[in-house]
Amino acid sequence: MKRLFALAFATLLSAAALAQNTPDVLIRQVSEEVLEIVRKDKDIQSGNTAKAISLVDAKVIPHFNFQHMTALAVGKDWRKASPQQQQQLTAEFKTLLVRTYSNALTSYRDQKIVYKPFRMNAGDTDVLVRSEVQQAGHKPVQIDYNLEKLDSGWKVYDVSVAGISLITNYREQFAQEVRNGGIDGLINSIAAKNKSLEAKVAKAEGK
Amino acid sequence: MTKHVTGYLRRALGALMVAGALGVAGPAAAGDNPHDPYEGFNRAMFAVNEGLDMVLFKPIAQGYDAALPLPAQAGISSFFDNLLEIQNALNNLLQGKGGDAAIDLGRLLVNSTVGIFGLFDVASELGLEHHREDFGQTLAVWGWAESDFLFWPGLGPRTVRDTGGLAVDIYTDPTWATKYKSVATRNSLVGLRFVDLRASLLPTDKLVDEAALDKYAYVRDGYLQRRRNLIHDGRAPRLDD
Repeated sequence: MKRLFALAFATLLSAAALAQNTPDVLIRQVSEEVLEIVRKDKDIQSGNTAKAISLVDAKVIPHFNFQHMTALAVGKDWRKASPQQQQQLTAEFKTLLVRTYSNALTSYRDQKIVYKPFRMNAGDTDVLVRSEVQQAGHKPVQIDYNLEKLDSGWKVYDVSVAGISLITNYREQFAQEVRNGGIDGLINSIAAKNKSLEAKVAKAEGK
Repeated sequence: MTKHVTGYLRRALGALMVAGALGVAGPAAAGDNPHDPYEGFNRAMFAVNEGLDMVLFKPIAQGYDAALPLPAQAGISSFFDNLLEIQNALNNLLQGKGGDAAIDLGRLLVNSTVGIFGLFDVASELGLEHHREDFGQTLAVWGWAESDFLFWPGLGPRTVRDTGGLAVDIYTDPTWATKYKSVATRNSLVGLRFVDLRASLLPTDKLVDEAALDKYAYVRDGYLQRRRNLIHDGRAPRLDD
């Protein structure tokens, strides 16, 4: 009983700690937690995409603001989309991002993440957390996270790798789709992309 | 073998010129990207490059990747990177960053000696940070910030500014110099560096294929963002949201 109480108390403490975390600590904790799991999981290391996706779904997704990410990727056309279209766009874009970048986890080996000094003023609601992935024999790769403060805590709304925003890099492609087929055309083409990726995963797993 | 390759290259060059002519003469693609007025030409060159990559560059890079253990590849990459420290230092000086230039020369000194001809990047372990600088970046710092996009087969994505920069870079790049080595040796070294670079990009192939709706646009915009980041030494201000 005493143990149970201690456990409950510890959980409560860590939940409170998470809620009050500064953005840099949040990124650090989530990364460490995810990489610790990958280090122990032979399936993910050998390329099990489905398992990598479920890990990302459980541990990473809650800290992202996909609505904001999608709005950033769509750019000025976002305001032309109805609330329902915005919802569809967000869902499809989320699927695409999660699928594509979960795969990156399967190639994680012994890289080390080094965090750059983090500065933040009291009252800031939009910050940048800078880090670098280091691997013996490779040049370090810069990874930056943009976070914003919402009622539900700090949420990531953009990630840049080597200075390339994974979100705004879609802007021209999305604008082109909207020019060709309107908002629905864009929704359909992201959905079609997701379907083809899904078919590939299914095929790989059928083997 | 040589004859075979020559014939192959001649055919590839022919295909390239036809595609280029089509791209220039044909209607420009529907895009109205302000950074990409030559989109028709660029897309044609991109297609040529994808073809060359599929039948030539990528298979060679895969063979290289399979034949050489990772530490050997890392050594070769470091060796060529070390030679470029002279260029990094020169361009840092031209951009008024004397401190960074001194670090570049320090890296050259440490890696050429302790790092055994640059095979090991000991300087990074000592905390001497690597800065990649080239003349395209220098031109940007001097005021040519925005430049139209160009895609070249073999060279890959560039801008007008960075294409000009590359022509200057060749003069400050020891790998290209023929003062102390024969042209044949120079060509072998340039070829090896190309294969090593292509091999280092193999892991990203799948990612780009999966992530992109339009691979050309994804590569173009990625390149433009990457250059912006390099020009600002990793601290490019965020563009309007």
